Order: sequence, then C-alpha cells, then structure tokens
Amino acid sequence: MNYINKMKLEFINRSENESFARVAVASFISKIDPTVEELTEIKTALSEAVSNSIIHAYERQEGIIVVECLIYEDYSVEITVEDTGIGIEDIEKAREPLYTSKPEQERSGMGFTVMETFMDHIEIESEPQRGTKIRMIKKLGSCMEPPLSDCKN
Amino acid sequence: MKVDFQTINNILIVVPDGEMDHHSAQKVREETDRAIDAFFIKNLIFDFKLVTFMDSSGIGVLMGRYNKIKDLNGKVGIINCSGHIDKILEMSGLYTIIEKYIDLEHAIKKINM
Repeated sequence: MNYINKMKLEFINRSENESFARVAVASFISKIDPTVEELTEIKTALSEAVSNSIIHAYERQEGIIVVECLIYEDYSVEITVEDTGIGIEDIEKAREPLYTSKPEQERSGMGFTVMETFMDHIEIESEPQRGTKIRMIKKLGSCMEPPLSDCKN
Repeated sequence: MKVDFQTINNILIVVPDGEMDHHSAQKVREETDRAIDAFFIKNLIFDFKLVTFMDSSGIGVLMGRYNKIKDLNGKVGIINCSGHIDKILEMSGLYTIIEKYIDLEHAIKKINM
C-alpha cells in the first residue's frame, strides 16, 4: 500500500525528548482526524517505545533515536522507533508482562504490553550490540471492523 | 510536571499536574517520598484529576509508593483517573493492591476505617 504522508525525527537519548516525540507524532497524525482515544493510544505506545530506547539502549552514553511515522491511504498509521544500542537479549522475555531488567529504577515491565494493547500490530527486531527497531501499526477510523464494504467513508 | 501535596487526617494527597512519563516520573517519585517522610504519614491518595497523559511509568511510580507505604502498614488509594489511565492501571493488575475510589470523600472515609 502507498503512503500518503511520511516524516522522520531524530534526537538524542535525553528523557525530555519523550514528550517532544509524542507532541511531534500527535501533531503529524492529527491531520487525518483521529479520535482523542486513538491519538492517546498512539502517543502512549510511542512513549513506551521511545522510553525503552532511552532507558536501555545506550547505557549512559549519548545515542541517537529515530522515529519514523507513515500514514497510508487506508488511514493506518505506522510508527517505527529505532536505536543502534545494545539490543534486547531475549525478546520473548522482554515482552512478558511485568518483566523488567531495571526493577531498581521502578520500571513496571509493562511497556510492550501497553504497545501490544494499544496498537493493532507490533514487530520487534533486535540484535545484540546492533540495536533495536520497533514497528507498530494502528488502523484509524471506526470502519476498521470487517466487512470493509460496509464502510461509508 | 508539577506535584501538589495536601494532608487530611493522616493521609497525604498527591496531585500530579501534567504528563506522567519516564522523564517526569522521577520528580513525582522523589517529591512524594520526601513528603511521606516529612509529614510522618502512612496513607496515600493519588489524585489523577490534573494528569493529562500517562504511560507505564505511572505504574512504576504507584508500585514503588505502594511498597513504601506497605512497610509503614498504610494504605494507598487512587481517585479521578481518566478512562485511558484506568485502562493502563487495569492491565497492570495494580487494582489488586491499590484501591480505586469514586471521590476524595469516599477515599478518606475508607482509608480511615
């Protein structure tokens, strides 16, 4: 499917940039009139992915995080969050609800569960010492339930 | 994020104002712990009425404060959370340890029972 709009953000791993990423993506997506709920869900999933990169990827070193956002013809939104950090050792384990490698920082271990709940689809690609890429898709609009032929707009 | 505190009947009411994410959670955590110690308080109510955004960092903040209050034999309650915050707290299973109340009056009454 063709995208109708696309943007890319690049920033260093400072935690202040979590809200910057949310605001930028929300503003980009708002052009296709998402509901407040859809927008909040996308912002939350994005916030989890960006926070993960900031907390885990670069171990106190400066590093770059890239967020890319695409809007497709069917009003699905694709967001990728990518870092070139240490990678995730065990992806299955990282996806488990309440699992965190940083309990001392009071992380809840719910990041991936939140992403999975609020987005329609999520893919995690990670390689030790190479980095991590999270790809998430959510289809907007009340017409998302099949059959699509019943969709009026 | 700004955090306001108020005490009523040996209960510390915490009112975070703004967006609660990994960045701002640090401040909420530190200021709340300082207030718990300063007021010699053992019960806590988180009032979410002014929280405009929250991700899973909020769960970590609540769990951490619950552990601290539990050691003091106190209780933690939550009031005024939006549908979105409610959903996040629900999926984390937090409501099995922290009670959600309909308003401040109820929360104070139940916690003092």
